[in-house]
Amino acid sequence: MNRRMTINEIQDNIIEEFSVFDDWMDKYNLLIEMGKELSLIDPKFKVKDYLIEGCQSKVWLYPHYDGKEVTFTADSDAIITRGIVALLIKVLSGRTPEEIIQADLYFIDKIGLKQNLSPTRSNGLLSMLRQMKLYAMAFGAQGSGGRAQGTGHRAQGEERHAASGMRHAAKDEERGRQRD
Amino acid sequence: MRDIDNIRSDFPLLQQKVYGKPLVYFDNGATTQKPLCVLEELRKVYTDYNGNVHRGVHAMSDLTSEAYEGAREKVRSFINAGKSEEVVFTSGATSSLNAIAFSFGERYISRGDEIIVSEMEHHANIVPWQMLCLRKGAVLRVIPFNDAGELELDEYLKLLSPRTRIVAVTQVSNALGTVVPLEEIIRPAHSMGIPVLVDGAQGIQHGITDVRSLDCDFYAFSGHKIYGPTGIGVLYGKEKWLSELPPYQGGGDMVDRVSFDRTTYNVLPFKFEAGTMNYVGAIGLGRALDYVNELGREEILQREKTLLAYATERLSAIKGLRIYGQAAEKICTISFLLDNIHQYDTGMILDKLGIAVRTGTHCAQPVMDHYGIQGTVRASLCFYNTIEEIDALGTGIEKVIGMFS
Repeated sequence: MNRRMTINEIQDNIIEEFSVFDDWMDKYNLLIEMGKELSLIDPKFKVKDYLIEGCQSKVWLYPHYDGKEVTFTADSDAIITRGIVALLIKVLSGRTPEEIIQADLYFIDKIGLKQNLSPTRSNGLLSMLRQMKLYAMAFGAQGSGGRAQGTGHRAQGEERHAASGMRHAAKDEERGRQRD
Repeated sequence: MRDIDNIRSDFPLLQQKVYGKPLVYFDNGATTQKPLCVLEELRKVYTDYNGNVHRGVHAMSDLTSEAYEGAREKVRSFINAGKSEEVVFTSGATSSLNAIAFSFGERYISRGDEIIVSEMEHHANIVPWQMLCLRKGAVLRVIPFNDAGELELDEYLKLLSPRTRIVAVTQVSNALGTVVPLEEIIRPAHSMGIPVLVDGAQGIQHGITDVRSLDCDFYAFSGHKIYGPTGIGVLYGKEKWLSELPPYQGGGDMVDRVSFDRTTYNVLPFKFEAGTMNYVGAIGLGRALDYVNELGREEILQREKTLLAYATERLSAIKGLRIYGQAAEKICTISFLLDNIHQYDTGMILDKLGIAVRTGTHCAQPVMDHYGIQGTVRASLCFYNTIEEIDALGTGIEKVIGMFS
């Protein structure tokens, strides 16, 4: 039986994949390729509510929680950003809220893309990462709350509602950093 | 003018390498690099004579005050103001613009009054006026520009009305590079008795600005965009206006006599300089202006014209490159986009090639709205840039196109 890879195993795989290249151009080309593999967000969710605003590039992120795992789909209007978004999703999508909350993402630094997640680059990526964790927290809390109230599995619309407070908190934070 | 290699050696930062490649610094519209003489001047203030200005009885304070007032005189002469009392130091162009929007607004603006700005302003010459409009119930009117990036002067004439209280326009568009024909803005306004403020943040460092021959009422600029330090700026205002306007900040040095019954204000320009000023920055700015004069302002202008012509020709030859801002009169700033490639992708790759450009809206979102775009890549050059650097940009852009299409 296939054992599911852990978050860190996936991170290590990515690091290895990138380590083949010394030249930054090759790394960026790989990133561009990875952007093409991103599970794209359903166009109907490509709306303001799911937009993580950075003043340089836009990122849309949509979470789906099935009561056990959170699946993310996303997109970005900039290609390099989309590549990094694809990496973040590869690592954090299809995980339990608990796993997402506790994930320590070290691969970004290791593959030399740390500057892209720096708060001084308002490209939406740092906010995206924060947003993924906030969704996980909201879903996690909702999961246990739901069981305690004996309501069982909730409809997706209610999940989004539960997470929306978190979503707006992160968006406000991103706006606060915007210059231009 | 001195030989280019010789000039570049005045700027330590231009010798830097990034990612192992020689730095090509094309973000002069955001800030300029500093010549050694300015850095040396800043060091000298702190090592040789630092003391707070206009306060001490001691030698250090006297020396610093003298240097500070000397810097004011240098600014006066640089912009050809009539009197040094008309030169107020601020923390930058933004602060100068806010000061006027506040003080002028307090004194002269009431409900229903109109303020004219242009569609190509930097946010710093929009937002303070919007804040004033909200405070006073006044109305903001906007001079549109055409797709080449030139102000529509016919439309401007139609906007001027008996309710217009002030016109605030930029000298040069930071996003498009357009040089605004200020005479054609100022003359009709003055014929109706309306004062004009000029935002010189992008204009002061390119060519020659003479506030008296322009006859503008206010002029604002920043030190760091003209090879001086950050945190220092200038507000020029005609004496008749500055004496009538209330101060916008209270504090030490701006007062004549303070009591709890009544406080009277200091004379110009000190009325507008509350608290300890950035006198080190002012002295550094004075040195930067000396440096520009030593190189020759006419020579700088000619050199930058050559760079603009070459860069426009080199970049226009690239298939898929669109230049935003093709006014007849421009400074050497080129805003562009490549095919359908996101400006951020372009900027990131150019950065990796050692080329520093700015991407985004350049604090001029209405300009982006005009073209229906999210932002551009902006290469803003100045005299210390070279033809070889423009070629490096051209090659870099071709590489970007190869990567993303």
